[in-house]
Amino acid sequence: MRLLPIKALAAGIALAGAVSTGFAQEITGAGATFPAPLYAKWADAYNKATGARINYQSVGSGAGMRQIRGKTVDFGASDAPLNDADLAKDGLIQFPTVIGGVVPVVNIQGIQTREMRLTGQVLGDIYLGKITKWNDPAIAALNPGVKLPDAAISPVRRADGSGTTFIFTNYLSKVNPEWKAKVGEGTAVNWPVGAGGKGNEGVSAFVQRLPNSIGYVEYAYAKQNKIPYVLMQNAAGTWVAPDDLTFKAAAAGAEWQKSFNQVLTNQAGKDAWPITGATFIMMHTKQDKPQQAAAALKFFDWAYANGDKMADDLDYVALPDSVKALIRQQWVKIGDGAGKPVLGK
Amino acid sequence: MDATLSETSFRKEAQTVQMPEEPPARRSGRLGDVIFLNLTRGAAILTLLLLAGILLSLMIGAWPSIREFGLRFLWTAEWDPVQEKFGGLVMIYGTLMTSLIALIIAVPVSFGIALFLTELSPKWLKRPLGTAIELLAAIPSIVYGMWGLLVFAPILSKYVQQPLQAVFTDVPVLGSLFSGAPVGIGILSAGIILAIMIIPFIAAVMRDVFEVTPPMLKESAYGVGATTWEVVWRVVLPYTKAGVVGGVMLGLGRALGETMAVTFVIGNFNQLNSLSLFEAANSITSALANEFAEATPGLHEASLIYLGLILFFITLVVLSFSKYLLLQLKKREGSRT
Repeated sequence: MRLLPIKALAAGIALAGAVSTGFAQEITGAGATFPAPLYAKWADAYNKATGARINYQSVGSGAGMRQIRGKTVDFGASDAPLNDADLAKDGLIQFPTVIGGVVPVVNIQGIQTREMRLTGQVLGDIYLGKITKWNDPAIAALNPGVKLPDAAISPVRRADGSGTTFIFTNYLSKVNPEWKAKVGEGTAVNWPVGAGGKGNEGVSAFVQRLPNSIGYVEYAYAKQNKIPYVLMQNAAGTWVAPDDLTFKAAAAGAEWQKSFNQVLTNQAGKDAWPITGATFIMMHTKQDKPQQAAAALKFFDWAYANGDKMADDLDYVALPDSVKALIRQQWVKIGDGAGKPVLGK
Repeated sequence: MDATLSETSFRKEAQTVQMPEEPPARRSGRLGDVIFLNLTRGAAILTLLLLAGILLSLMIGAWPSIREFGLRFLWTAEWDPVQEKFGGLVMIYGTLMTSLIALIIAVPVSFGIALFLTELSPKWLKRPLGTAIELLAAIPSIVYGMWGLLVFAPILSKYVQQPLQAVFTDVPVLGSLFSGAPVGIGILSAGIILAIMIIPFIAAVMRDVFEVTPPMLKESAYGVGATTWEVVWRVVLPYTKAGVVGGVMLGLGRALGETMAVTFVIGNFNQLNSLSLFEAANSITSALANEFAEATPGLHEASLIYLGLILFFITLVVLSFSKYLLLQLKKREGSRT
């Protein structure tokens, strides 16, 4: 899903190395592909620091949830949070690890990155097939002084089910009522228009190749491939550009103390990037193997303390410290069969 | 007395005749035969069991979807994971249409290749050319897919789709076949990529069967003054038709099941807005590859497995049809002679 080929490969090799040399307890996790390069990097560094082995399989959020429900792994990972009722039903607890942003990217002759401005309403109408030309009055009104071509818009989107799509469609559902009624949100939806590319690399290949196209990819991907992206108007009415500061602003605005079931789209903060999302870890609250769970929690504790720099390097955004403190408090809910916290606090 | 004597003597004779002719090793050989027979029989039965097992697990996996949508699934074009409404028409149409285009292109080209290699090519060119075609079959399909998306699609868009559209815009039926954005991805490009992928298979089989045509038959035809075309059309092709049909079916099977290359260039679009060949669409295998990992358990997953079951049946029908075709050909042969 996230093509950082060299980094991912390096992390993969490093992980393989860790697996072959380490000699200690092995913790397994499975799920989302979006944070996989980071988890691999964390696991490698953690292995070097402590000798413990973390084996993360990036099989996709859906498959990860199936595995954690079946208790075949110690932790599951998903880009879409579960609601509190579902968590309670399955006896799970979830907590976020890192934040990422999704950015609309365009390929229009003469339009530079951060030059075009779009609102959620207009973005939704483009993907609904209601706005079909770049010089549509709705787009022109947002972009005075920008020379817009009289050309048909080619929308591009993900073909595979993905957390990126979930964040994007969740945002559109919040800001475009017609989108909510007709299409809705999910890792895969019934797209009214547009060609589908496989993975971030597929979408960006389409966008870079098709003139007058628009697509959405993870921020890191747009940045590293230098694909022109657009400014968005957030819920507070400010025009914002995607970067780690606006992603952090979105994360800070969420009501984490209420629940970790937070999708960070369309947050109220003045500087918040509107299409932001966190990625989550799911674990059982009643553990058959308390030591395994404790080891997994120790890994995440270590990652929150030492992993921010690594996250930055891979263009993820670390959680604010206040959220990390909240997460550590929540971990007491993970207990052994008798309900005694596995971390023993 | 006489009878018993002759009987015993006969028995004796039989013993004396049989004993030396049966070396002791044969007995253990017979045991080996039995073991070998059972082993091979076991292998054959295992294949059948596997087939039945796959079919059964597909049925079980698809059951929620079969119960919910029934046969309507086959002609419903809606695919909406959010509302949990599923129909497979878009993917079924995409699979059949891309394979059809692939065959329309690949069969004549492969025939030409095989004909050239066996009848017309100078000797020094035969081997390198034949090897080159076989090498094409060894290219991984994902390479075809990326090449198709990054190299082939822009060329197709600029030099094929746009001129075609310019010519056919106002022609009633053909015009609608070539409508839509000429972006180089969609049914047509997927079909052409598939054609390139299956040509080596069909061509290799055709060449091999053309080569086994007895030279005497061909020489006789040439002897009575037939042209190369007549020899191939009237002698070689009738003699090898079973193999030729087999090769075509091998190619078709590959085209129906191809995943990676198709998913790159077909556009993965689950709407059936027009029958245009330029329109992005989807195929069964491409939908499975894209959506399975993130499909939510329940109807979405079951519907994907249902699609797999349908592909299974399509392949079965294609195979049975080819067998039927061969039978018909044999019958016709009988009536002609």
